[in-house]
Amino acid sequence: MKAETVKNEGLITLLIRVSGYSSVFFVALILFFLIREGLPALGDVSLSSLFGTRWYPIEGYFGVLPLIIGSLIVTIGAMLIALPFGVGTAVFLSEVSPLWVKSVLKPVIEILAGLPSVVLGFLGIQLAAPFFRRFLELPTGLTAFTGAVLLGFISIPTIVSIAEDALNSVPSSFRQGSLALGATHWQTIWRVTVPAARSGILTAVMLGVGRAIGETMAVMMVTGNAPVLPHGLDALFLPVRTMTATIASEMGEVATGSPHYHVLFFIGIILFILSLAINIVASSIALQSRTRAERLLS
Amino acid sequence: MQHRGLIICLVVCALLSACGTGSGSTSGVAASAYIQNIGSDTIVNLALAWAERYQQEHPDMRISVSGGGSGTGIAALINGTVDIANASRQIKPEEVKTAEENGIEPQEYVIARDAIAVIVYPGNPVNQLTLEQVSKIYRGKINNWQELGGDNRPIVRLSRETNSGTHVYFLESVIRLGDKENKAIFSADTLLLPSSEGIIAEVSENPNAIGYDGLGYVTKTIKVLALAKDPAGSYVKPSVETVNNNSYPISRDLYMYTGKNPSAAVQAYLEWIMGAEAQEIVSALGFVPIIR
Repeated sequence: MKAETVKNEGLITLLIRVSGYSSVFFVALILFFLIREGLPALGDVSLSSLFGTRWYPIEGYFGVLPLIIGSLIVTIGAMLIALPFGVGTAVFLSEVSPLWVKSVLKPVIEILAGLPSVVLGFLGIQLAAPFFRRFLELPTGLTAFTGAVLLGFISIPTIVSIAEDALNSVPSSFRQGSLALGATHWQTIWRVTVPAARSGILTAVMLGVGRAIGETMAVMMVTGNAPVLPHGLDALFLPVRTMTATIASEMGEVATGSPHYHVLFFIGIILFILSLAINIVASSIALQSRTRAERLLS
Repeated sequence: MQHRGLIICLVVCALLSACGTGSGSTSGVAASAYIQNIGSDTIVNLALAWAERYQQEHPDMRISVSGGGSGTGIAALINGTVDIANASRQIKPEEVKTAEENGIEPQEYVIARDAIAVIVYPGNPVNQLTLEQVSKIYRGKINNWQELGGDNRPIVRLSRETNSGTHVYFLESVIRLGDKENKAIFSADTLLLPSSEGIIAEVSENPNAIGYDGLGYVTKTIKVLALAKDPAGSYVKPSVETVNNNSYPISRDLYMYTGKNPSAAVQAYLEWIMGAEAQEIVSALGFVPIIR
């Protein structure tokens, strides 16, 4: 009997180990494929034209600079919107709101997170774009700004949900101690609870950034997809073309193995590097603040 | 507890009715032949209408139609994943070469004709343009409607994505005015929209916009401009008559492509498409039938 249990457990451990290793293996395979298909772009297209300012692949213009900057504008814009709303909502849910409000709002926000982005894109093209055009008196409503607002909406649920969990996991003794020292509720929130949950909130923000930079469908529908190299801050209110939208709309037409095909995979590598950098920054910040907290507590 | 019972009952009912309709639609004669048809978004509505009618008349046929752009359809033909590719432009020599390397010899069929309508917001006072003016607009040389006798408004240029045959045709025949040596391209701030409907939607509500689309997509919510080949010539609006008598300057043939030896089912389908009944559907959808 006992031998059988040991045998069963061995089998289960093996299964878990295999599934763990296989997910690492698959990610490595994806990376390998991405590099194998993307790196030849450096041989097909010279570096100076690859980082040129004009993207028009059917005539051999492969300048990815407008696409990279387009992605950055939309993502930064989205974060400027999602950050205050997301963190604010998380603080409200975890620290301020009565229990019944929280029990209604939290599931609603989690449902919002599951809303397909194509649905939001449709709302964006039908409602948001015409509204922004009239309200801000723009030449067209299909701009980076419209994309940023939609992406903000898409990443808010991610940020709220994770940041709220982080705030919840702050021990209540922290809050009680602060209140006992005579701090107001407000002071407790901003000086004690939020700083204590800082690493969790940062993780939430970074995941939100990742969600925003990788989003494709909604962005493709509302940003106008014009590969313009921005000249100033007003670029936020002009059409842009993002890297993801470019890959999505052009991958279907390319002949396998052509320079255009390799350049699209090269854009994939750039996207991969960007999100890797975001993840590394996020985890190093989280690690740093944890060691700081450990120092304080010890 | 009672509630739970009710919910379960509802769910079961819903499932049962879903199964009912599902099996209803798939029952009948088993399909004997299957045709896969991918390509041009300009043609997709026409191809769908044809496929529907043809399947009504031949219940043993299954035809699946999808869009994606002429480039997408031809790429699928080259990769051997499709029976018929729809294209609103002719296949390029380099595409024929890659296809032949894959052992596929593309066969061309002209299945209908189409005019490219240049469209603006209904309230735009501009009524007519020369091809030269349209070319200058899209090359970024003309940037305000005032220069064309309109209101003082910036021009917002709309185009289909680069995988669209309409995009390539417009580039060659309008922006480059048919000149093969001309290497002019779209102004970088041209908005590349993923669908024909997207262009119609933006033009019908934005007074600054100019766009182009196949005649079959034109609706009453937008204004179609009359075009002239040169300033001295007459300005002509696109219609079945002006396409057939070649007075409208930007009209083109629409194509279907197959491999060298298409199956009997595909051949029969293509023959039917060239026939009177299918060509009636062509005119019903706003395209121009081929003249036999």
